[in-house]
Amino acid sequence: MATSPTTIGRNFPVVNFLENGHGVTKLYGRLFLMPGLWTLIAIIIFPLFFTIALSFSNWSVANAGFDWVGGRNWSAMTENGRFWSSMVRLLPFAFLTVVIQYVLGFAIAMFSWKGIASGRFFRVLWLIPMMTTPVVMSVVWKSIFQETVGPVNFVLTALGVSPIAWLSSSTPAMFAIIVAEVWQWTPFMFLLLLAGLLSLPKEPFLAASIDGAGPVRTFFKVTLPMMAPVSIGAIIIRLIEASKIFDTIYAMTIGGPGSSTESPSYYIYITGLRNFDLANGATLSLTYLIFFIIVLTVIAQVLGRLAKPKGS
Amino acid sequence: MIVKRVITGAFITLWSFFVMMPILWALVTSIKPPEAVDIKATFIPFVDFTPTLLGWSNIFGAGGATTNLVPPLFNSIIVTGGAAAISLVLGTISAYGLSRYLFKAGFIRNADIIFFFISQRIMPPIVLSFPFFLMLRNLGLLDTHIGLILVSIGGLMPIVVWLMVDFFNGIPRELDEMATLEGYNPFEAFAKVVLPLAAPGLTVAGMFAVIFGWNDFFYPLVLTFGKVVTLPVAIVTLNATITPYWTLSAAAIFAILPLVAFAFVMERFLSKGSLSGAVR
Repeated sequence: MATSPTTIGRNFPVVNFLENGHGVTKLYGRLFLMPGLWTLIAIIIFPLFFTIALSFSNWSVANAGFDWVGGRNWSAMTENGRFWSSMVRLLPFAFLTVVIQYVLGFAIAMFSWKGIASGRFFRVLWLIPMMTTPVVMSVVWKSIFQETVGPVNFVLTALGVSPIAWLSSSTPAMFAIIVAEVWQWTPFMFLLLLAGLLSLPKEPFLAASIDGAGPVRTFFKVTLPMMAPVSIGAIIIRLIEASKIFDTIYAMTIGGPGSSTESPSYYIYITGLRNFDLANGATLSLTYLIFFIIVLTVIAQVLGRLAKPKGS
Repeated sequence: MIVKRVITGAFITLWSFFVMMPILWALVTSIKPPEAVDIKATFIPFVDFTPTLLGWSNIFGAGGATTNLVPPLFNSIIVTGGAAAISLVLGTISAYGLSRYLFKAGFIRNADIIFFFISQRIMPPIVLSFPFFLMLRNLGLLDTHIGLILVSIGGLMPIVVWLMVDFFNGIPRELDEMATLEGYNPFEAFAKVVLPLAAPGLTVAGMFAVIFGWNDFFYPLVLTFGKVVTLPVAIVTLNATITPYWTLSAAAIFAILPLVAFAFVMERFLSKGSLSGAVR
């Protein structure tokens, strides 16, 4: 029968549900796909080429237009110390936030899954931060870490600890940003990990309990390995988002004190859209994009390798 | 074991407190009079201070305040609604195509096209902001609803495609086939047979599009200058110009309230709806 699905390549069923020939089917397929695809290409790919062209020009406030200057911006980029220190800062920052989010997200997902806090009340409560606007909550966090009349320093003083200059010294400012990020995005980890836990098969856990494995052993030998694919997916999604960090920094520290909490996104924004040095901004943004893709691909590969022997 | 229960109980309590703390702080601060903010931190209404609606009246332009968050609210609704609706329509149709037809172009297959859609979520917005800024300026669309909607579609459509391809894959193809055997053309089969069954998927995809659209800050910041300011940008501008925390907190609560309310309504709708029973 012409209507039976056949499987080709990546398990993709080919549906030939039209009797009147392959050409028409192809046409319908295209009519479905193309409006969306072309819209996206117009919105994203064309501007991307524009950015590449911009990086070889000297477009700025003083000089608006495409004047070819060759690789000048690119060599200037290599010597831009403020840009590179923002790139270097991003690595520990992104790893730290994502690791904390993963550990906490996994912990609360386990509680929810094991029935200790499984009610709809906790589930909804713990997901609320995800619904709130990150930049608006950053403004609230800034008021919480406010140095003279904020509640954090109030509690610290009450406990006999001297108040900390949360937003005007660099390490505490970084800490404050991490707290805000953890608050905002741990629920996302929780959601993905809980979905993963709920879809795990029951048999391995039965087998483990028959073998007399305790809860700790079961967790490390059964739960964690079986959760590896979901974990890797969640970690990578969060790493991508954490590497793009802009909102929190913009609202909480404006990159300060000095430039000590600047992320690449923030510094490139300042260069290109505050100082209107668009050509250099474009060069920096492309450098950032290239590193972003390379580092994330490597991390994805490494995590994938690490997970395999455990999972088997 | 009692120790273990105490530890887990403490952890759950602490975490729940941490989750609620910023929102409660903003809520409490929004009803504080200035003297309860400016001298030292205060916590409990009626005990530490007498509540007042000063902050709340300030965000609606009362008492000579220059702030009025109602226009930004409407801007946010128009931009989020417009971008989410267009993304939902285009993304769903594309996702249906990707779910039901096999595409080949050189080495490119369906999975690659799907990855292309999803990969646009990975793209840091800063990379595209310069051309967006220059192109919208040349088109005269800077600081307009249409300009912002156009740009937002690029971020929202990938989410819709990603979710809907999976969802359509879960709807049996036999249904399409039966519909075409009944004499429907593929468009009718899609619109009259498959789409009604996809309502739960559409709800989820629409919800995600609205959440991400509403919470977006970068593009509205870069591409608007006063006329089409969205709520998040308006709040951050407040943050830079004023320090009265009672007004700022009221504004923050005002900005997150619509989405939290929306999420609660949708959650009700989802649990009532037949997410799993739709297909069989």
